[in-house]
Amino acid sequence: MPVMTMVEAINDALRVEMRRDPRVVLLGEDVGVKGGVFGCSAGLWKEFGGDRVMDTPLSESGIVGAAIGMALYGLVPVAEIQFSDFIYPAFDQIVSEAAKMRYRSGGEYTVPMTIRTPIGGGIRGGHYHSQSPEAYFAHTPGLKVVVPSTPSDAKGLLLASIRDPDPVLFMEPKLVYRTLKEEVPEGEHVVEIGKARVVRSGKDVTLIAWGGMVGMCEKAAAKCAEEGIDCEIIDVRTIVPLDEATILESVKKTGRAVIVYEAPKTGGFGGEISAILAEKAIEWLEAPILRVTGFDTPFPYTLESVYLPEPGRIREAVLKVVRF
Amino acid sequence: MSLELISVMGDAGVPANTPAPSLAPEQLLEIYRVMVLTRLLDDRAMKLQRQGRIGFYVPALGQEASHIGTAAALTADDWVFPSYRDPGIALLRGVGVVELLHQCYGNSTDHTLGRQMPVHYSFKKIRLVSISSPIGTQIAQAAGAAMAMKIRKEPHVAITYFGDGSTSSNDFHAGLNFAGVFAAPCIFVCENNGWAISVPLEGQTASATMAAKAEAYGMPGVRVDGNDVLAVYAATHEAVERARVGHGPTLIETITFRMGGHSSSDDASRYRDPKVCEIWAKRDPIDRFKAWLEGKKLLKVAQEQAIRDRCEQELKEAIDAAEKVGPPAVSTMFDDVYATRTTQQDEQWAELKDALKRGVVAKGHHGEFPL
Ligand SMILES: Cc1ncc(C[n+]2csc(CCOP(=O)(O)OP(=O)(O)O)c2C)c(N)n1
Ligand SMILES: [Mg+2]
Repeated sequence: MPVMTMVEAINDALRVEMRRDPRVVLLGEDVGVKGGVFGCSAGLWKEFGGDRVMDTPLSESGIVGAAIGMALYGLVPVAEIQFSDFIYPAFDQIVSEAAKMRYRSGGEYTVPMTIRTPIGGGIRGGHYHSQSPEAYFAHTPGLKVVVPSTPSDAKGLLLASIRDPDPVLFMEPKLVYRTLKEEVPEGEHVVEIGKARVVRSGKDVTLIAWGGMVGMCEKAAAKCAEEGIDCEIIDVRTIVPLDEATILESVKKTGRAVIVYEAPKTGGFGGEISAILAEKAIEWLEAPILRVTGFDTPFPYTLESVYLPEPGRIREAVLKVVRF
Repeated sequence: MSLELISVMGDAGVPANTPAPSLAPEQLLEIYRVMVLTRLLDDRAMKLQRQGRIGFYVPALGQEASHIGTAAALTADDWVFPSYRDPGIALLRGVGVVELLHQCYGNSTDHTLGRQMPVHYSFKKIRLVSISSPIGTQIAQAAGAAMAMKIRKEPHVAITYFGDGSTSSNDFHAGLNFAGVFAAPCIFVCENNGWAISVPLEGQTASATMAAKAEAYGMPGVRVDGNDVLAVYAATHEAVERARVGHGPTLIETITFRMGGHSSSDDASRYRDPKVCEIWAKRDPIDRFKAWLEGKKLLKVAQEQAIRDRCEQELKEAIDAAEKVGPPAVSTMFDDVYATRTTQQDEQWAELKDALKRGVVAKGHHGEFPL
């Protein structure tokens, strides 16, 4: 099996699907000739031409609005928003339009569209190249929200997203883009949307994370293992729909949960997971559910490394719940 | 509507068609000095970025006339809503190059405390509004500031800068439309440098010119040779005069060229032929202004060298000063989010501070951060 970075795996998924399904088109800023600012669509404009790989004018509402129109007409668009920090001009098209089209048309009209967008810190990008806005979108019925944390899952989940009958917001953690390499299956490789992944099994504490924070949890778990604490790690993989069963099963086993996410603490999606655990697993809990998160501030430039949850802070939370 | 290119100095293929603005020799030389300083800062900052001493930079190379010449037509009371490619405006309005460098280093002397990426400046003392990355947002804000000036019956103007790509943003439409409807004293400067990262002009609009878009919003639109600092000044001066006496907004399209990459993260050779840069190098705004000044006997060789030497010295001292300063204290991360911190922020800071004191959190990019 070839070894790939997440950028290469995304590129591979797009190529595989574009070769398989002539309805698939890409659109976004700099996705064509340049191949995307991160190189996710490198080589595709050359292979498939300008009708299928479109460099668009600089308008996110235009990109998503046009993608919706294409999807209504029968194409399968994959739109790229260059950074999730720039998705807000398209908020209306995503939240009011794409997510509600099936419902408001009595199921007549559907929007099988994927919006790819990089999220999270790790590139010293300050406020506007680092945000993790998944919670805003998870609050929107009709929209699926997928966040892979490895190259292989990125390919498998992207293929599943493109083939999904509903609009999917596919959020790609920049922290992982080029830092993690692994074997990725060639050709067909679909990972079902709605299934979490047990990254590491353990008996003492469940660490729950997605995107760039899964790797941080792995580092923290390795450290904890040296100290005799056995962590289980769940990679949520799809925020919506959420695989509650896998999370509940794990927490019922360990009796302890630490949820890790990069976004500001208040209103983050980890709060939702915490509520589900409180509703459905309280009898099994041995300690309070803790969250290790970004802070209630904009994402800072110089202080990025302090802002991002990192293994030290995660380990602290693990010790707290174990010693509770 | 006339879409003839306004030109003072003339250029190959572009006839001079506008008289030179009446500027005193000191004013002309000051504009020249700021253009040179901006060029040198650009060059030095790109090198600092390559050396890993600053994290990022956006070169203004080739666009010095376009942003400095327009800003020169304002008074200190006017408000500026710039983009990230206009560092010379701050220098022209009296900010020291050292202040820009503190921001690029994101250190504790930077009065915005290293919160934003380099070149995202904010200087209230010169009425330059905080620059953000999201494209186009400043355009509607400038219209609003201009509406406020009109409501208060104050004779100021707001000016805003944005690229050709930015004309595709929602806020370009909103800003021009509002300024048009409310006849607000707002000057919209579209710095048409031919590219929006890798997307060329024709991928941005099917309109023959950007200036033509003004007509749809009910305001005058002018096109000006953006590498002719005097033409740029003249066009802005006229627009400002109109705005001040209640005749509303103007859209100015400056025709210029992005000589460098989009930013320090971009390699332009991957999508554009470097040969086009050679053509534009012959229209270099600083060379042309220098030749014009020399022709008018306003600038002697020795004097030019003295200007450069002074700029070099100022830059060297500024870099030395900025390098010496450490990163901001971690506590400052929680300041200025709101006027006063929330209880949640207080709690988060208390927890973080405790963890930092106990050495739990990994060291940052600058080594140890002060609490
Ligand atoms: C809303 C938004 N979308 C995308 C981006 C990413 N981006 C940054 S600059 C840029 C191109 C801007 O081109 P232009 O307006 O012509 O200005 P120039 O960079 O040429 O000065 C893009 C796409 C952004 N900053 N904001
Ligand atoms: Mg441009």
